[in-house]
Amino acid sequence: MHRTGELFGQYKTLEQQRETASLGMWIFLSTEVLFFGGLFMTYTLNRSTYPDIFSEASKTIRLSWGAINTVVLIASSLTMAMSVWASQAGRKKALIWFLVATLVLGTVFLGIKSIEYHDKYVEHHIPGWNFNFEPGADAATNAHTQLFFSLYFGMTGLHALHMIVGAGLLIWLIRESAKGRFTPEYNTPVENIGLYWHFVDIVWIFLFPLLYLIDRH
Amino acid sequence: MSEHHIVSPKLYLLIFGTLMVCTILTVFAAEVDLNQYFSGLNVIVALTIAVFKASLVVLFFMHGKYSPKRTQLVIIASVFWLAIMLFMTMSDYSTRLWR
Repeated sequence: MHRTGELFGQYKTLEQQRETASLGMWIFLSTEVLFFGGLFMTYTLNRSTYPDIFSEASKTIRLSWGAINTVVLIASSLTMAMSVWASQAGRKKALIWFLVATLVLGTVFLGIKSIEYHDKYVEHHIPGWNFNFEPGADAATNAHTQLFFSLYFGMTGLHALHMIVGAGLLIWLIRESAKGRFTPEYNTPVENIGLYWHFVDIVWIFLFPLLYLIDRH
Repeated sequence: MSEHHIVSPKLYLLIFGTLMVCTILTVFAAEVDLNQYFSGLNVIVALTIAVFKASLVVLFFMHGKYSPKRTQLVIIASVFWLAIMLFMTMSDYSTRLWR
């Protein structure tokens, strides 16, 4: 059955079975491209319409947090890729440790995001929640900077939601790994959850320059 | 995963190192005013680096390079769709108002 990686159903070979599972995840990820793509489209249109506003508003989010988070998330992709390797090499302990490392790094990322969100709360930069861009800002400035912050929260929030789902998947993977379920013959869930995790990393790789690196000179 | 091409930890580390260098590069590039040379050069540089980083993740971490052609087709199709959406929508909006 598919829970053990044995050949079953309509598949002629194990390789076909594995490739199909992977293709299924990639097709899901292409729907995720549609999902995030809509927000990136909104961002593109609004930034090209209000370039100076976006520039101004972007300066109020701390570049250092964004940069640290980028390093943290890319490192988590490394540990995720290493956990796939460990499962392919039959190294159970290494597999568990790499998965745990990925989970820890993902949690660090979310922790830093909460710090950032808190900063925005304190500065009255959450749209719809006592929003005021800066003391003495007029209605037009507030209206336009809210565009940036709506996108900031919308895009990083959707991303964070995906991270939380990913964390849940990692917890499941860790538990199943501890039971010795994944072997060189069967490690499909590790591989495919890895694909999901890397995709979420790729979204951040674009979010970082678009939100944090507008006109930092 | 294609027929047992197991990517080595050494290659993963090399890719990670490259991604780190690119991240540092993009932060430094943002702090230089490139727009004085060519309007919008900063964002072009930033996005070029981002696309490069994303490609490394897709090719090596996600095993894109070692995947069957049909999987690679799905990957290219998603990017192509995104490109159409961005390009066509922006060309719609940017040709609307007569100033």
